[in-house]
Amino acid sequence: MPKMDMIQALNSALDVKMSQDPDVVVFGEDVGYFGGVFRVTDGLQRKHGLKRCFDTPISEGGIIATAIGMGAYGLRPVPEIQFADYILPAFDQLVSEAARLRYRSGGEFWAPITVRSPYGGGIFGGQTHSQSPEAIFAHVTGLKTVIPSNPYDAKGLLIAAIEDDDPVIFLEPKRIYNGPFDGHHDRALKTWAEAPGSDVPEGHYTVPLGKAAVVREGREATVLAYGTMVHVAKSGIEESGVDAELIDLRSIVPLDIDTIVASVKKTGRCVILHEASRFGGFGGELSALVQERCFYHLKSPIGRVAGWDTPYPHAFEWDYFPGPSRLAAALKRVMED
Amino acid sequence: MSPHNQSGGAADRPPLTLHIPEPAARPGETPRFDHLTFSPAGSIRRPDPGVAEPEIRDLPYGLIRVLDDQGQAVGPWDPGLDAETLRRGLKVMAQARVFEDRMFRAQRQGKTSFFMKSTGEEAIGAAQSMMLDRDDMCFPTYRVLSWLLARDYPVIDLVNQIFSNARDPLKGRQLPILYSARKYGFYSLSGNLGTRFSQAVGWAMASAYRGDTRIALAYVGDGTTAEGDFHEALTFAAVYRAPVILCVTNNQWAISSFSGIAGAETTTFAAKAIAYGIPGLRVDGNDFLAVWAATAWAAERARTNKGATLIEFVTYRAAGHSTSDDPTKYRPMDEAAAWPLGDPIERLKTHLIARGEWSAERHTQMEAELAEGVRAAVKEGEGIGTLGQSKPPVSQMFEDVFKEPDWRVLEQRRELGV
Repeated sequence: MPKMDMIQALNSALDVKMSQDPDVVVFGEDVGYFGGVFRVTDGLQRKHGLKRCFDTPISEGGIIATAIGMGAYGLRPVPEIQFADYILPAFDQLVSEAARLRYRSGGEFWAPITVRSPYGGGIFGGQTHSQSPEAIFAHVTGLKTVIPSNPYDAKGLLIAAIEDDDPVIFLEPKRIYNGPFDGHHDRALKTWAEAPGSDVPEGHYTVPLGKAAVVREGREATVLAYGTMVHVAKSGIEESGVDAELIDLRSIVPLDIDTIVASVKKTGRCVILHEASRFGGFGGELSALVQERCFYHLKSPIGRVAGWDTPYPHAFEWDYFPGPSRLAAALKRVMED
Repeated sequence: MSPHNQSGGAADRPPLTLHIPEPAARPGETPRFDHLTFSPAGSIRRPDPGVAEPEIRDLPYGLIRVLDDQGQAVGPWDPGLDAETLRRGLKVMAQARVFEDRMFRAQRQGKTSFFMKSTGEEAIGAAQSMMLDRDDMCFPTYRVLSWLLARDYPVIDLVNQIFSNARDPLKGRQLPILYSARKYGFYSLSGNLGTRFSQAVGWAMASAYRGDTRIALAYVGDGTTAEGDFHEALTFAAVYRAPVILCVTNNQWAISSFSGIAGAETTTFAAKAIAYGIPGLRVDGNDFLAVWAATAWAAERARTNKGATLIEFVTYRAAGHSTSDDPTKYRPMDEAAAWPLGDPIERLKTHLIARGEWSAERHTQMEAELAEGVRAAVKEGEGIGTLGQSKPPVSQMFEDVFKEPDWRVLEQRRELGV
C-alpha cells in the first residue's frame, strides 16, 4: 500500500471521485492550472480537463453560490475556499441556502456540495490564516462538518463527503498536511511516512461520516479531540502519565455521541481539546452532552483546553496554541479533583 | 514641502458635503418621474442576438418598448405573437391580480400571517414563463407569481402554502409565498435577498458543463442589486459565459427606499452590465410584448453559447411592499396612477382590442370567471384549514434537515412526542 501525506491523500480522493463520477467538479481560487496553493488539486486539471477542475474569481460568496446552483442542477461540486478564515463572505450562502435548501423546499432541491478548506493554526499564520471556525458551522442546522487527522481518514472521509447528498464543510488541518504535529514546535518536523495513518489505498474506499475513532485506549480519563489536536493529545497524554483514552471525533456533525458516552462512562473523566477559542467553542457543546449523558459516571468536572478568547495572534503563536503541556496539566487536574 | 501642501491647506478648502439621494416626491407632493428615460415605443434598434457586447452599449440607456400609447405593436422588437398567445398572457396576468387581491384580504382577515402582491408587475413573470421552455429554470423573487400561473400551477396549492395548512406542499416550513415548484421550473424561494441570483449562474454553468440545452433565468429587485450576490452573479456569468438571463425588476421601490438609494440616481440598472462585458437591455416591464421580445433575444443568445444578458425591467410597484407595509407613509398616494408606463393588463387588453381579438365584454367575463376560480380554490383551502386551524403533521418539522435524520433530530422528535 502506498505511503501518502495528507495532501496526496486528499488529491487521491478527488482523483478517484473525478474518475468515477462525471458530475464531480472541482473549483476555487488557484485550484486549476496551478493545482492549489497547498497542491491538493495538483494535476487534476491536466488529467481530467479544464471543465472538471478550474479557477474561479476571488469571490467566496460566488464560489459557494455557483456550487449550490450546480448541486441543484444535479452535479456534485467540490469547491475550495483557500483558507477557512476566508469562508465568511460565503457564510450567507452556506447558512441561509446550502444548509436550508432541502428543508425549505420540502425535499425538492438539495445541495450535495463538499466545501474543502484548510483551517487551523500552528503555522505562524496570524489572524487570517489560522482560525478554526468549526463551532460556527456546528450551530447551523443542515450542515455537516468533517475534520480528518491523518492521510487515511482524509481520503476516506473526503470520498464519503463527496458522495453524501447533504452539504459538507470539510476542514483540512493545514498544520498536518505534510506530517503529524504534536505541538512540540521546538523539535524536528516529522513526515507522514513514519506515522500511522499514512498507508493509503490507491483506489476507492470511504471512512463513514459520523463515526469517531478511538486512537488510544485508556482507563482513567477520556480526551476528545480532532484535527491537529489529535496528535497534540497523544503527546500530552504521554507527558501526563495519565492512562487516558483518546477519541478522534473525525465528524463534528454528525457527532458520534455513542462512542463518546461509552468512553466517558468507562473512564469517569473527560478533557476536551481544540484550537478554536474556548467561549462558544465546540467544546462547550461536547461538555454539555457529556454532562447530560454521563453525569452519574463523572468523577470530576469536565476540562476544556482551547485557544484563548482572543483573535489568533502572530508573535504569540505558541502562547496561544493549546500544546501538549496544557493538556497534560488539565489531565492531571481532572485526576486530582 | 511638497507642492500639494503649499496652498494653505485644509482651512482654505470648501467643506465636503454628504449626498443622500431623495425621491422626486414624498406624500402630499405631485408624483414626478422626470429622472427616468422613457423612449418612445419602437424607437430602440434590435441588433442580432449574436452581436458583440461593445456594439450595443447604448441599449442600457434606452427603453425597449413595443406597445405604443394607442396599443399598437410597433418597431423592431415586436415579437409578432398570435392572438391566442396574447389572450393567454392576458388571462395569466389577470388571474395573478385577482388571486393576490383575494389573498391580501385573506391576510387582513387573519387567515394567514403574511402576503405580498405583485400588482403592476404581472407582465414580467407571465411573458418570461411562457416564452421559455418548461425545463428551463427560474430563480425567482417573491414577486413573480405570474410565472407559476403561466405554467398552470394549481391555485389550490398556492392557497394551501399561504395558509400553511395540512396540504401545504412545503409542509408548513416556509413563510407564505416563498414557494418551491421544481416541476414548474421554479426554484425554491428564500427570504435572503439576492442569494439565488448567483445560484442561477451556477445552475446555468452546470447545464453548459453537461452539454445540455437548458438555460436559467434569475430575478432580483432594484434594491437587491446592492447586495454582493448581484456583483458575484454578474462576474461569474461573464467569466464563464453562463447561459443565464439575469433580470432586475426595477419597480422603483425597495420597501420605503426609492431606486436612487440602490444606486440608480444617475444611471440605469441595465448599464451595470457594461462593466462586466455582457449585454444590458432596459425594457418596459409593463409591456408584455417587450418583455417577451427581450427575453427571446437573451434566450437565443444564451442558447447559442454567447452567454448571459442583464435585463432591467422598468416597472412600478403599485401595491405596498407587503401586508406589513403602508406606502402612503413614504410616497405620494397617487404615484401608481401617475406611472408613465401604465398598467400591464390594461395595455395588453387595449392592444388585443385594437387588433379585434378581444373586447371589453369578454374581458369582464374573463375576470368574473377568474374570480370564481380563485374563490373556489380559496374556499377549498379554507376547508382544509387556514393558519392555526390546520397544519401538516408536526413530525414534518424534523424531516428534510438532512437526507437522513441524525440522532439529534430523532431524539428531539421523540422529546416532542411526535
